[in-house]
Amino acid sequence: MENEICITIESVSDIITAREQGRTIGKGLGFSSTDLTIIATVISEVARNIIVFAKEGEIILGTAKQGGRHGIVIIARDLGPGIPDIPLAMQDGYSTRKGLGLGLPGVRRLMDEFELMSDVGKGTTVTMKKWVYQ
Amino acid sequence: MEVPILKQGGFLIATIQAALTDADLLKLHYALVEQVGKHRSKGVIIDVTALDVMDSFATRTLRSLAHMVRLRGAETVICGIQPEVAFTMVQLGLTLEGISTALDLEEGLALLTQSSSKREV
Repeated sequence: MENEICITIESVSDIITAREQGRTIGKGLGFSSTDLTIIATVISEVARNIIVFAKEGEIILGTAKQGGRHGIVIIARDLGPGIPDIPLAMQDGYSTRKGLGLGLPGVRRLMDEFELMSDVGKGTTVTMKKWVYQ
Repeated sequence: MEVPILKQGGFLIATIQAALTDADLLKLHYALVEQVGKHRSKGVIIDVTALDVMDSFATRTLRSLAHMVRLRGAETVICGIQPEVAFTMVQLGLTLEGISTALDLEEGLALLTQSSSKREV
């Protein structure tokens, strides 16, 4: 990952900062306006998960290159309680808090690459990539 | 930033101007539920044209707002969902079931006028 920036997420206004940064990076990479909306929404979802489940954490944004294509990397990391049952959390419509937790399966659909790592009691890291469509 | 609420005839129009914090959205909740009673409004329009992101929190907030307004005896129309936002909402699995939507403010007002005249008959 190149051009890395890290945004501390500890209040709801940080969510807006993070998604605006994501939009700026995405624009620089040449994403379409639909993709920019997708990127901003995905950042919004994972940043909110940090606030709701872990209270604080960070969003790391950067760019990536692979075989001539460019993309954005989004990493959401926290040291919160972790996800005890990952397959369940990835089930569509599943939610541990009413209306929340729905984010992850949808987020996976919106991104090209999605990796979820979680240790109970230690924290959660979600790593996602989206490539510019050419 | 607080959301201004305008009174237009028997209806209230709340135009969301920019990315709102959670606190702003909650304030809008309370303000609308109260003003529906104060102005005896029969309809509320929430104009989200300026919103570039509708995540699960924003969607749930709008849904509960519409339900509260309905409990106060008025109808809610959400108008101005941008094409990119609509696309992303569907992919994420977010829905506004049971809530009226309209293309823009003009269509939203037409929809409310229609439904309130139906109720008077």
